[in-house]
Amino acid sequence: MGIEVTNLTKRFGDFVAVEDVSFRIEKGRLAALLGPSGGGKSTILRIIAGLEVAENGSVLLDGERVDHLHTRKRDMGFVFQHYALFRHMTVGQNIGFGLEVRGVASRDRRRKVGRMLELVGLPGLGNRYPHELSGGQRQRVALARALATEPRLLLLDEPFGAVDAKIRAELGRWLRTMHDEINVTSIFVTHDQEEAMSLSDQVLIISQGRLEQVGSPVEILDHPRTEFVARFVGDVNVFDGVVRQGRAEFGPLAFPIKHAQDGAAVRVVVRSYDFELYPDASGPATVQRVLPLGDRVKVDAIIDGLGPISAQFPRSNPFAEHVLPGTRVGVGVSHARSYTLQ
Amino acid sequence: MVRAVLIAIVTLYLGLLTVAPLVAIAVDGFGEGALVLARKMLSPEALGALSRSLLVTAIAVVFHAVAGTATALVLVRQRFVGSRLLDILVDMPLAVSPVMTGLAFIILLGRGGWLSPVLDALHLKVLFSLPGMVLATLFVTLPFVVREVSNVLKELGTEEEEAAATLGASRLACFWRITLPNIRSALTFGVTLTAARSLGEFGAVLILGGSIAGQTDTATTFVYASVEERDPISAAGMSLVLACLSSMLLLALQALKRKKEKVSWASK
Repeated sequence: MGIEVTNLTKRFGDFVAVEDVSFRIEKGRLAALLGPSGGGKSTILRIIAGLEVAENGSVLLDGERVDHLHTRKRDMGFVFQHYALFRHMTVGQNIGFGLEVRGVASRDRRRKVGRMLELVGLPGLGNRYPHELSGGQRQRVALARALATEPRLLLLDEPFGAVDAKIRAELGRWLRTMHDEINVTSIFVTHDQEEAMSLSDQVLIISQGRLEQVGSPVEILDHPRTEFVARFVGDVNVFDGVVRQGRAEFGPLAFPIKHAQDGAAVRVVVRSYDFELYPDASGPATVQRVLPLGDRVKVDAIIDGLGPISAQFPRSNPFAEHVLPGTRVGVGVSHARSYTLQ
Repeated sequence: MVRAVLIAIVTLYLGLLTVAPLVAIAVDGFGEGALVLARKMLSPEALGALSRSLLVTAIAVVFHAVAGTATALVLVRQRFVGSRLLDILVDMPLAVSPVMTGLAFIILLGRGGWLSPVLDALHLKVLFSLPGMVLATLFVTLPFVVREVSNVLKELGTEEEEAAATLGASRLACFWRITLPNIRSALTFGVTLTAARSLGEFGAVLILGGSIAGQTDTATTFVYASVEERDPISAAGMSLVLACLSSMLLLALQALKRKKEKVSWASK
């Protein structure tokens, strides 16, 4: 049970926005659709909600086909990036709107609206108008409105895209807490890796309309299945080369390649934190820049005969203070991923 | 110093263009005393012309409130072949002379006109009767509601309506509860402009209505006829009535504008 989509395809003219996307999210999970902007994430969400019509494919909610139903009959809560609050209604009227069009009596409605306001941490603000609230508060109202009718599925389109970074992180944590409290199956769209990885049970990586990989945040980080995912998740270095005698060599670096024959073109992807740099006067690289990033240090270096790389390591690393611009360093690689190129 | 001169010049020329004519009309109108003026204005001819103006205006306002809103919804929300062209055509009445419009409709609807067989078959008399005057007024006031409402609809987008749909609202509920309240002030603004333009229309109404005394004359054609008949008090009196009505509409527009600014500020 939960939500299942199969073979979704959607074109806008010649542009393929969504191409043969299938996935399934178990009931009660919080899933993230993650990918670059314009990759089709929002379109997938809108198709699920019935705000967009797919050319092909089906949407099943708790095992029941819903793709022939109008949006208003799907029983899905939707939170828009720019809130889409009804500007001429008070916060209370906004939250109660779904109940009102369902014919819920006004006394029950008031009670429910009060409970929703408490749930989202805005008690007593029911008589305000949306324009009297901050961005973060508006987004909470939008969420309360979407949840008031107790939908079977909650869809959030870049829910924190329009607020600043600090509020964004705060709202994210709060969303996760609330999700654990009410346990409604939820999907949110984001282009922010950290947000996706830190909030969701399941991450779906979407690029150019295609589903690249589905997995838990740890699986996506540790076992990227495609080159796109490996490059997209985390800060990476990419080397293109050719396999010779089971190895690909890039200047002083050599990587064993098992899955490709000699002569095949391969791309090797190394995460910046999988590089190890250590002071070594006879090492093959020169440090160019050292950027402190909070608890981490980012180091740009040039490897002789290969070119620039970027590495990261904890500031607490004892080498950190010896790695300075101009120093010669040795280079180790703790982990690399290789992908055969067509 | 320069500033004072500039202010004086602007005040003087605006005063000359707007206040002076009003004063002149008032002086002329009350030239033989308020009683004479009142009697002239309460004559069946004057009242008839004025009530016809008001009737035509009322019809134009109601018609455009409904049809204009529907037109704006179609033009903004639907993209189809020729929708851009239609969008431009809506503004045409602003650009062409009402007299030309009147003539065009006469060619179309008059004796031997393209549509006259249809009108004859339906026993409809359009020219030199109320329907002709209404038609003329509808044409010249076409853009106001459509333009005002379209602009707001474009700015609003469809997100609020989509949100309403996800919350279970029917199409009808979406329109009455979400769309209409959001376009209400634009609609009122457009309707007020329509009313002002309808009351003041002269050329097209003169040609299509014919200004037959007691039958198809309006407040504006009554003024024209009174001037022709050398009855300056009637002419000035009716002009004063029109000026009063326009001033009321102007004040209403000001109030609406202030409200509109407040609303658009609030939505940011």
